[in-house]
Amino acid sequence: MEKFSSLDAVALPFGVSNVDTDQILPARFLLKSRKDGLAKYLFHDLRFNQNGSEIDEFPLNRQAYRAARIIVADRNFGCGSSREHAVWALYDYGFRVAIAPSFGDIFSNNSYQNGLLPIVVSPAQAAAWRLQLQQAPGSQMRVDLETQRVSGPDGISIGFEIDSYRKRCLLNGLDDIDFTLALAGTIDAFEKRYRSSTPWLEPYG
Amino acid sequence: MRQPTTLFDKIWSRHAISEREDGATLLFIDRLLVHEGSRRSFKVLQDKGLRVRRPDCVFGTPDHYAPSTTRDVAAIDQPERRAMVESLSANAEAEGFTLFGLDDPRQGIVHVIGPEQGITLPGLTLVCGDSHTATHGAFGALAFGIGASEGTHVLATQTLWQHKPKRMRITIDGPLHPGVVAKDIILTIIATISAAGASGYAIEYAGSTIRDLSPEGRLTICNMSIEAGAKFGMIAPDETIYAYLKGRPFAPRGENWEQAVAYWRTLPSDPDAIFDHEVALDAARVEPMVTWGTSPEDAVPVTGSVPNPAGVSDPERRSNMQRALDYMGLEAGMPLAELAFDRVFIGSCTNSRIEDLRAASKVVSNRRAVIPSLVVPGSGTVKRQAEAEGLDRIFKDAGFEWGEAGCSMCVAMNGDLVAPRERCASTSNRNFIGRQGPGARTHLMSPAMAAAVAVSGKLVDVRELVEGAVVGKV
Repeated sequence: MEKFSSLDAVALPFGVSNVDTDQILPARFLLKSRKDGLAKYLFHDLRFNQNGSEIDEFPLNRQAYRAARIIVADRNFGCGSSREHAVWALYDYGFRVAIAPSFGDIFSNNSYQNGLLPIVVSPAQAAAWRLQLQQAPGSQMRVDLETQRVSGPDGISIGFEIDSYRKRCLLNGLDDIDFTLALAGTIDAFEKRYRSSTPWLEPYG
Repeated sequence: MRQPTTLFDKIWSRHAISEREDGATLLFIDRLLVHEGSRRSFKVLQDKGLRVRRPDCVFGTPDHYAPSTTRDVAAIDQPERRAMVESLSANAEAEGFTLFGLDDPRQGIVHVIGPEQGITLPGLTLVCGDSHTATHGAFGALAFGIGASEGTHVLATQTLWQHKPKRMRITIDGPLHPGVVAKDIILTIIATISAAGASGYAIEYAGSTIRDLSPEGRLTICNMSIEAGAKFGMIAPDETIYAYLKGRPFAPRGENWEQAVAYWRTLPSDPDAIFDHEVALDAARVEPMVTWGTSPEDAVPVTGSVPNPAGVSDPERRSNMQRALDYMGLEAGMPLAELAFDRVFIGSCTNSRIEDLRAASKVVSNRRAVIPSLVVPGSGTVKRQAEAEGLDRIFKDAGFEWGEAGCSMCVAMNGDLVAPRERCASTSNRNFIGRQGPGARTHLMSPAMAAAVAVSGKLVDVRELVEGAVVGKV
């Protein structure tokens, strides 16, 4: 996983609630391999007409927002399917931060595993930033993970919450598995005790 | 004195191995279910040079890409889809876990075969790379959907880090009106608390209405917990569940069964257990439901109308609503009854079990489908039981297609698609934009309601079509 410390980047306002992972990455592209990159499938059916041409009204197709690496979304962003491809598509396009009043729980977990930082802010704050970004397309926001602050296009910054473990993983580019494998002894001991206390749990068939 | 505890907390604490500085708990995972989409989890595991820690606790089946027309992998004409199904078999072979392959009579949707085979049991932790995994919570398991990276983590360690969610209890009491079923309850709940209403919560469904539901009805309820934002949805296990599970192939036997049941009886939430949030619903107020928009929260009684964005003051919300109406091809204020449909799909992990097919067949019996209609049983086992009961004949005689088990048109990954701008009555769980195919217009409803659309070509109140005939516990 790539390290994340801070980012100054163009932000994309996306003021639609309940943007599900089917919209972020339509199911038919789940067949595609990650190694070729999923950027071209991001928001595919919102971004492209059936003939493959761009849909002008979709904000990411506007020149000013094309270089966006921060998305300011609305309530329940990333709800729906557990597909990690939704995070990969955002990441492969270049997004490193998603800001919203709330996220789908599974999407949020998947984001942390892949170096995409989900930041929760109040609905009013998200709406205010989206408005500023719409009024000045292409303007930048700044996210600093070390100090846990995010600055809007107006330069005013606010603090955000992230738990210390997630923060350290992002800052150092570490994933959960290496951390857990180091606990092998603890897991083994638990498993031995647990299995002997629940013999009925051994799968039959 | 011991602190009163919830069902959720009892299972959580029994599986807690360790805590991290940030308060996350390392949970032991009893069962991992995998499907074709788990390919990436295995790939990362193998790239890291790791093996599956407990293959005896892993169960797989192809469902998302399973064709509705054949059980022969070689006959899947699209090479990328065939490769997905083949890679699951190759991983099962290499890692030694149990596979219900495409040609196995027990194959089916992972959330249908888990309970059916007795793999899903009360008191377990069970995960799967699919957001509808809370389905298994209907049997009193702590079950939740995970991503691909978390899947690798479970394969490698048989554990998972989770932050403990808050607890919400949704209580529904009283008898349901005839023609009102589990699907209507859960759509009512989602419409009431919103698609994000239970975000960050584990839901426990309780009350006499829930107690009176069959195992199948309970599975339908818990299945759609994620559509209200909750990763976890569960129901306390009881005699109904024990009777269902006894003798199932992977359920405990003999002395182990007695010991298991004795433990399961300790699981229900203690009478004084505290929930962070409580919601109460009167069963008498639940009506047959249908969605009008592009989120499952956009559900209204079949007797209702399409809402009017003009009445919404927040401009972003107003434009979201208008966007949904435009996509769905609906006018503000129009009544939903009589709305004309192009297609019907009866299936999915929400509504493809035997009671669902029975309820739909009662409506279809002695009638004809007037629009293309597809029934896809949730598993080979459900399909054979339906055929033994003659349900397949009822559907086929009425002109329905009778498919082979899998996810099919719910998610349109196996090639079963709804065409652009076609209006589909679907018993599935998501009416998202493009879910059933690009431009597809999905209306969610119960199996009996969808069957009524099939034979009428339009949305009708199933209570008018078959007075009293669909009174079931589905």
